[in-house]
Amino acid sequence: MADSKYLVGVFDDGDELLHAVEDIRHQGVKIHEAYTPFAVHGLDRALGYSFPRMGVAAFLFGLTGTCCALLLTFWTMGVDWPINIGGKNFFPFPTNVPIMFELTVLLAAFGMSFTFFFMEDMGPTAKPIIFDVRSTDDKFVVAIDLAKNKLSEAEISKLLKESGASEVNVKEV
Amino acid sequence: MAHSTHEIPSTEERFEFKSETKRNLIIAALIGVAMVAIGSFLLSKGWSIGVWESHGAEHAGAGHEAAGGHAEHGGEHGATLFSRIIANIWMNSVYFIGISVVGAFFIAYNYVAKAGWSSSIKRVAEALPSFIIVPGTILIILMAIPSTRHIVMHWTHDGIMDPASEHYDKIIAGKAWYLNLPFYFVRLIAYVAVWYFGWTQLRKYSLLEDAEGGLENYYKSRSIAKLFLIFFAVTASTSAWDLSMVVDTHWFSTMFGWYHLASWHVAGLATIMLTILLLKDQGYLKIVNESHLHDLGKFIFGFSIFWTYVWFSQYLLIFYANLPEETIYFRERFTGFQGRYWWPFHISLLLNFFFPFLILLARNSKRRATFLKLGSVSVIIGHWFDFYQMHMPGIAKDQGGIGIIEWGTTLTFASLFIYFVANQLSKANLYPKNHPFLEESIHHDI
Repeated sequence: MADSKYLVGVFDDGDELLHAVEDIRHQGVKIHEAYTPFAVHGLDRALGYSFPRMGVAAFLFGLTGTCCALLLTFWTMGVDWPINIGGKNFFPFPTNVPIMFELTVLLAAFGMSFTFFFMEDMGPTAKPIIFDVRSTDDKFVVAIDLAKNKLSEAEISKLLKESGASEVNVKEV
Repeated sequence: MAHSTHEIPSTEERFEFKSETKRNLIIAALIGVAMVAIGSFLLSKGWSIGVWESHGAEHAGAGHEAAGGHAEHGGEHGATLFSRIIANIWMNSVYFIGISVVGAFFIAYNYVAKAGWSSSIKRVAEALPSFIIVPGTILIILMAIPSTRHIVMHWTHDGIMDPASEHYDKIIAGKAWYLNLPFYFVRLIAYVAVWYFGWTQLRKYSLLEDAEGGLENYYKSRSIAKLFLIFFAVTASTSAWDLSMVVDTHWFSTMFGWYHLASWHVAGLATIMLTILLLKDQGYLKIVNESHLHDLGKFIFGFSIFWTYVWFSQYLLIFYANLPEETIYFRERFTGFQGRYWWPFHISLLLNFFFPFLILLARNSKRRATFLKLGSVSVIIGHWFDFYQMHMPGIAKDQGGIGIIEWGTTLTFASLFIYFVANQLSKANLYPKNHPFLEESIHHDI
């Protein structure tokens, strides 16, 4: 099922890839994604990604956790089954803080993990496309979806070669 | 070509400490002293300009309702206006010696962690500990003079550890193996001397590195950093007991060492941050970019939460156990002494946790000078209030307050602190130009 056709540029060096990405995007080529064995600083900016709003998600998940904890302790300790502990109020605020803290952290962590897996399509049923298996070892790979580009295969291939790709392969998925 | 090439600024920068700035700082310090004198004079005449203050003679001898443990010594240890002045000097000395020593602490743990990013801001942290010697000397002098020592340290009173005396206090006598004057002086002098000596060694090899280059000085600095950290790990706790916890002699908390260190640490980090931002405003420290500020901002954010965590852990345990000899500490701060310490106590929480938490939470605000300045100033003022509420109920008791005396003492200490730090900054290149990780720091990008 050769639905889409990708052009895969393979680079030997992270810096070369970084500059190549900048160059070919400058020429109007749309890049599907870049794959590197380790983080290349500045690559996210070169690819034109905006900064992820994961922090906002974390804050909202955390806030949910705080409210849940407050509701839980208020209902159980204060309303449903009040217990006299050391002669204190039935709902003393300081005793609830550890629970609020823990549930904030727990829900923020879980929420962020699941959001990340969902957004990055990394769920249990996801089938990753491996453009070049060497990108997990020592090669830096950039994938370009030909269907989404106006330039022809030969033109993009030439651009990749000019900007330092050691090889340019075609991958059909 | 749209390559992201960036200009690499020069690693040669020299801070200029102008003579007019020097003059202004000295004038400010003198104004502070004058403010203390004027404030004391006004108070003795019964005029109060500050808040939560006693009006001279009105309340004399009326302030012991909260201090249950101290009641039996009431007549002996009533606080006076002089107690309040001494309390201020003691409290500011403890606060500023902490901020200073955190500079050396910061360098030391960055060496041991082999951190690269911080090498471009190392000289700023390196300048702070030069001030250790001033509050250190003041602390030693206050302890050496019997009349001031008796005001700060309840346990130094005559006969308090002697079973035959009418002032005998069994609880304090039980602590005699630790709280006795010879051992106390050994400890106090050791803190000041070793902390200062540790910094001079770190500074020496850092400057040698500038002059000679090579890795040898780096390795030596690392060894000193390790030894300093081992010493500081112990003395950070013991100094917290000796300088702050002991003013409420009957009371103790096992969390206090951490709480105190967290307070010092975050105030020191905020001072480093503020110094960097002010230097940048004047056109210095061009190598320091958003990423460095972001990392240091995370430090401040994280440790302001750490402070809250430790503070709250201490509070929660005492709240839950509800033992009278422990809750007296918070009772003195909530309702004791006509409730005068309620506001400082809560302002400290607001400025040390809620405000910096909200203002530094977002990533972008940790990368912007305006937000970082707001956060740092809040933390610095907040921890001043933290130390205020640690010491005042124990020393100044019912004579405490916030007025001209407090602002004056703090102004004097702050001006001298700035003078020492700026003077130290002007003595060396603003970057450790031969530091092996400086290159990494220049390209720091997160």
